[in-house]
Amino acid sequence: MQEAMIKRAKELLADGSVDRVIGWKRGEFAYDITPAVFTSAEELEHDFVFDDFTAANVSKYLVKETAKEGKILAFLKPCDTYSFNQLIKEHRIDREKVYVVGIPGGPKLDIEKIKAKGITGVLSVKNEDYTLKIETLYGEETMPFSEAVLDKCASCKSKKHVAYDELIGEDGDVLESNRFDMVEKLENMTAQERFDFWRGQLSKCIRCNACRNVCPACTCENCVFDNPKSGIDNKAAADSFEENMFHIIRAFHVAGRCTDCGECSRVCPQHIPLHLLNRKFIKDINELYGEYQAGADTTSRAPLTDYTKDDCEPSVVHERGVE
Amino acid sequence: MLKISKSRLGELFDAVAAKQTLYIPTDREPGAAEYKKYESGMELTKELNTVRSAKDFFFPQTENLADFRIDGKNIEVRDIREECGDFVVFGVRACDARSFTILDKVFLCEPVDSFYKNRRDHGTVVTMACSRPAETCFCQTFGIDPTSPEGDAACFDDGESIFFKANTEKGQAFIDSIASLLEEGDTAKLDEVNAKTKEIMAKLPLAKLSTGNFGGDKLNEYFNSDKWAELSEACLGCGTCTFVCPTCQCYDIRDFNTGHGIKRFRCWDSCMYSDFTKMAHGNPRLTQLERFRQRFMHKLVYFPANNNGEFGCVGCGRCLAKCPISMNIVKVMKALEEK
Amino acid sequence: MQVNENFEPVIVAFCCNWCSYAGADLSGTNRLNYPTNVKIIRVPCSCRVNPMFILRAFQKGADGVIICGCHPGDCHYTSGNYFTRRRITLLYSMLDFLGIERNRTRLEWVSAAEGAKFAATMEQFTADVKALGPNRRLEDLRCRKQ
Repeated sequence: MQEAMIKRAKELLADGSVDRVIGWKRGEFAYDITPAVFTSAEELEHDFVFDDFTAANVSKYLVKETAKEGKILAFLKPCDTYSFNQLIKEHRIDREKVYVVGIPGGPKLDIEKIKAKGITGVLSVKNEDYTLKIETLYGEETMPFSEAVLDKCASCKSKKHVAYDELIGEDGDVLESNRFDMVEKLENMTAQERFDFWRGQLSKCIRCNACRNVCPACTCENCVFDNPKSGIDNKAAADSFEENMFHIIRAFHVAGRCTDCGECSRVCPQHIPLHLLNRKFIKDINELYGEYQAGADTTSRAPLTDYTKDDCEPSVVHERGVE
Repeated sequence: MLKISKSRLGELFDAVAAKQTLYIPTDREPGAAEYKKYESGMELTKELNTVRSAKDFFFPQTENLADFRIDGKNIEVRDIREECGDFVVFGVRACDARSFTILDKVFLCEPVDSFYKNRRDHGTVVTMACSRPAETCFCQTFGIDPTSPEGDAACFDDGESIFFKANTEKGQAFIDSIASLLEEGDTAKLDEVNAKTKEIMAKLPLAKLSTGNFGGDKLNEYFNSDKWAELSEACLGCGTCTFVCPTCQCYDIRDFNTGHGIKRFRCWDSCMYSDFTKMAHGNPRLTQLERFRQRFMHKLVYFPANNNGEFGCVGCGRCLAKCPISMNIVKVMKALEEK
Repeated sequence: MQVNENFEPVIVAFCCNWCSYAGADLSGTNRLNYPTNVKIIRVPCSCRVNPMFILRAFQKGADGVIICGCHPGDCHYTSGNYFTRRRITLLYSMLDFLGIERNRTRLEWVSAAEGAKFAATMEQFTADVKALGPNRRLEDLRCRKQ
């Protein structure tokens, strides 16, 4: 796949269809890829990588890239195309300046899951028939591929590209996913249990803002939490309340716009399952206002900028199961 | 050398915790360790290092500096400094131990930061030598020997026993306080372990990384390098690298209105943030490129320029492991060195 | 759960200028009683209430937050309260998801003619919050009055 992508990118660069290519760049180790812009065939051949670790969603970079001159080629995985569409819908990306090549999606791997098995000193990771052969400083280790899959890929919602100019490989389908299972499990707990669960999770937050800054739905020029005029700007959560507030407000701000790409949880250095907050909103929206998938198209109205006269009252919250 | 069998480590922790607060690195979840206040039965992690560094003990993420109480037209300023109790941090790695030397240079030079000093005075750092360095480790680049860590007292693990060695008076006092649990032991096996660790150190992927091309005199060479644009291109501008870093020491001082008074507190700041060092006139670093450059120039050029050549990095590898886009000091150093 | 009889909750009521705020006035001119725990904040429309307002009310010491707006269909700005309804439903659901007590938050439609409803709503809501006790799960310790 990597070869096919490099070949196509070189062709498009050579015939002048695009000026730049956004993809992933090889790192120091087997897994530390960095999203990068390539401008020449040499760079592509030397550094371009597409493998089991290229999970990063590059669609948000297109906000910055399409503000520049010239056209850019973007390689988008199925989940990335949803973010892409959502950004088009919000007029954040200039569609004319992007040439989208759809590429197959995951499942991608999570190096932290490999390390959590006690495997350290990782030098290379090879996938042989869904068994990972991991060469380390302390000898060779093996583990099943499935146990190292990123959480966001383990509950993949779709293998279908919702936006592309051309595809490399086959297009897939929207999947029946189990992505709401954990949300449901939490809903069925008592309020005290839920409170304890979230306090345990959110108290780990170091307010690095990685979740916000990686999020393709978070494209405000100046975030309310960075704006000294907002009255709630803060650089650190000085109290547990501020930990809660940041994550509630962030999830609320992307409610109805979050495509559930799972980047927030992937980048969290403290492994907080932030996607559960977003999925709670998605689940509520689906149940109360009808099925809606942000980014599935570029024209429909978002649930929070829409209404019907017979919407339910907030008292539905009170009428639900246990407290 | 004095030692204790690993099976009796719990007893040792209990004995220490009976006299003062003890913090040890323990597993929060598989693959993620953090320092926690020791409670009986808590086990030492098998992870190489904690997600957050040990700087938190001396330079916490947030701390209150003063309270202002407003009563009618009167404002009362309250100094809320408290003498902190004695505490022991156990299991600090060599890289983090060195970070305290770096933080000391910042906080203990005039004017002395009394909050920091208070905690430094009351804290005893007990380090633990490494035997299984990870691929992300590059402490040797900064002249750190992980088989012989600094700190008040150092511990060494030969697989069966933990050996103790004092580096300072405080460390000697710590060892004396637990002397009844320790016994004299033979270090032959430990020497073997250390030799093996050194072999691994030489084979680490970053073993060849050197600071030779960096230092206080490289300002002009690197500040205007055209590499910064490419390096900072993918940077998200999050603060992960700075917040997991054991040596990042920037902070901001802010006031919080509680409704019945003001709390003046300080919190970690990150040079990656758009409002870093924002002043009345605006912000001196307007683009992510400038902010990104600031972080690495600080560690590799500005800090050594002001501190007799000491670099502002200890090679713990946390930023390598945690950066969401895997851009880090190693990649920056390698890119800048390329001619 | 033990109820502290001496506990007097702080209730913040965001009231729409065009209906509920006038409803509060009406309940006053009609000499109806409602608890003094209720602190009214006037907003131009219930949809002016940003989720942040609600959280910050809790932060600064509120034990319960209620939003009052025009009945659906009667919005002074045609559709403001329809948006309020969706937003607040999702927010309250999220607070519930985080384990915050459900009875600390409420949304009621109170028109300018419903002085009696305003008083009764506030009476009921204050009693519900009082039964819950002080807000501990969504408070900022720094703001607690010693």
